[in-house]
Amino acid sequence: MSTILGIPPQALFGQLLLGLINGSFYALLSLGLAVIFGMLNVVNMAHGALYMVGAFVAWLLLTYLGINYWIALILSPIVVGAIGLVLERTMLRRLYKVDHLYGLLLTFGLALIFEGAFRHFYGVSGQPYPIPEMLRGGQNLGFMFLPNYRGWVVVASLVVCFGTWYAIERTRLGAYLRAATENPTLVQAFGINVPVMVSMTYAFGVALAGFAGVLAAPIYQVSPLMGSNLIIVVFAVVVIGGMGSILGAIVTGLSLGLLEGLTKVFYPEASNIVVFVIMAVVLMIKPAGLFGRER
Amino acid sequence: MRAALLCGAGLLIAVAAPFALYPVFLMKVLCFALFACAFNLLIGFAGLLSFGHAAFFGSAAYVTAHAVKVWGLAPELGILLGTAVAAAMGLVFGALAIRRQGIYFAMITLALSQMVFFLALQLKFTGGEDGIQGVPRGLLFGAIDLNQPLAMYYTVLAIFVAGFALIWRTVNSPFGQVLKAIRENEPRAVSLGYRTERYKLLAFVLSAGLAGLAGGTKAIVFQLASLTDVTWQMSGEVVLMTLLGGMGTLFGPVVGAAIVVTLESYLASTSLPVPVVIGAIFVVCVLVFRRGIVGELLARLPRR
Repeated sequence: MSTILGIPPQALFGQLLLGLINGSFYALLSLGLAVIFGMLNVVNMAHGALYMVGAFVAWLLLTYLGINYWIALILSPIVVGAIGLVLERTMLRRLYKVDHLYGLLLTFGLALIFEGAFRHFYGVSGQPYPIPEMLRGGQNLGFMFLPNYRGWVVVASLVVCFGTWYAIERTRLGAYLRAATENPTLVQAFGINVPVMVSMTYAFGVALAGFAGVLAAPIYQVSPLMGSNLIIVVFAVVVIGGMGSILGAIVTGLSLGLLEGLTKVFYPEASNIVVFVIMAVVLMIKPAGLFGRER
Repeated sequence: MRAALLCGAGLLIAVAAPFALYPVFLMKVLCFALFACAFNLLIGFAGLLSFGHAAFFGSAAYVTAHAVKVWGLAPELGILLGTAVAAAMGLVFGALAIRRQGIYFAMITLALSQMVFFLALQLKFTGGEDGIQGVPRGLLFGAIDLNQPLAMYYTVLAIFVAGFALIWRTVNSPFGQVLKAIRENEPRAVSLGYRTERYKLLAFVLSAGLAGLAGGTKAIVFQLASLTDVTWQMSGEVVLMTLLGGMGTLFGPVVGAAIVVTLESYLASTSLPVPVVIGAIFVVCVLVFRRGIVGELLARLPRR
């Protein structure tokens, strides 16, 4: 077995791994979008920018304070979550009573501010972030070489994704959350503070983006532009998966990453647009998305 | 009557303007004003927020630039071709996107326009990162030399007025009334027997075509089609122009485009980062100024 369909297995598995890693980021980010959308009915256009902020916070902590990767992995999502909390309390909150489109426009403006500010201070060239000591090197799996860090990214994001899914679908807190999405007034009457829950949901959703940013920092360059192109692909993932669904976000994110990797092997020119082509096809067959329901 | 007077005064100012201001700047304002008016036709009168209008603007710019530069077409034919391609793309994108509403519609148009961005980056004829540069302005109808700044300016003004008149006519027609009905209450429009999908699709095609007209004209004026024209940030910018001026008002997008273009050319000479300022205006508009400048003025005018 020296080739598979005319492709050397090393190349094929290498691209599949890259696809799986991209897929992990798609899943983490679209999960955060789904959580936020479910509770706030806001399409968070600032998600990509906050993912970038997450990566930058890790980089800043390391560069100026010498704080290592593992602490940044906890600290950075907290910082991003706190930013989210402030944004929700001061701005997003005022928009719940008007058309949902305004939430999208507001977060678009916020994305411009974040990206513009980091671009102004750090330029577009991108900063390198070292792979943590513990995860250097790799494993020889016989058919391919797996760098430790990349394996860690896939495992970490899977754990976080399914942890979130479990918390929302299987725990009491998750049940309150889902109930409040359906009927906030009733849940409020049961003595649950829904506005606080909404704030916390937004903070948690963007903290997920911050977490993804720290995971991404050692793989990609930490650059002010790292979020803006990724986020559109994530939107396409969300449209394909169906906006309301947590599981849909995770499954679609991972599988589209893999599919993109495969395309890169067999027809590299199309790898950037394959997700959008699939989106068009899915929309023709099932406008609500694969896991979504019409509302 | 009042509206006609306003239009006449506006037209007079526009005709006299190049003698007081830099024509290239004015032409930029006119191109973006037409783009914003085209976008406003959808959001303001049919309630559809397209977040991918840069796809039509930019594609038309590329097609026009290529047709004029490589095929040697006359400028008017180049612009027409760009407009036609944008309208055709509008038919495809619109057919896909109007299957969903509200924010889904916005996200789908955004994703489709990003596909166009990647195509523009990869296809041979678009010149990748460099874009298509040095597009000749040529002779309009084989007679008028567009390299003369004034000739170019009045051509752009004529194109703008024609596009604006078309939008005016559309909005004040039975078709426009049906669009407004769909914006206000689509289920009711359906129950009245209107096939709303068709109305929305036609509005989408019209809007895409007019955005293309603006993009093609821009390519001739600046002799350039570049990746900037197809980025999603450009789609956002046209949303801002419309929001700032006033969604759903005829003159709002013109005012908004003039302000944003002026602001950008002013900021370019300062050390302030442009996206931050634009983003901040966006945030302020959404939070406290949702009617926009013209919308606010209209709301304060005494009702007769």
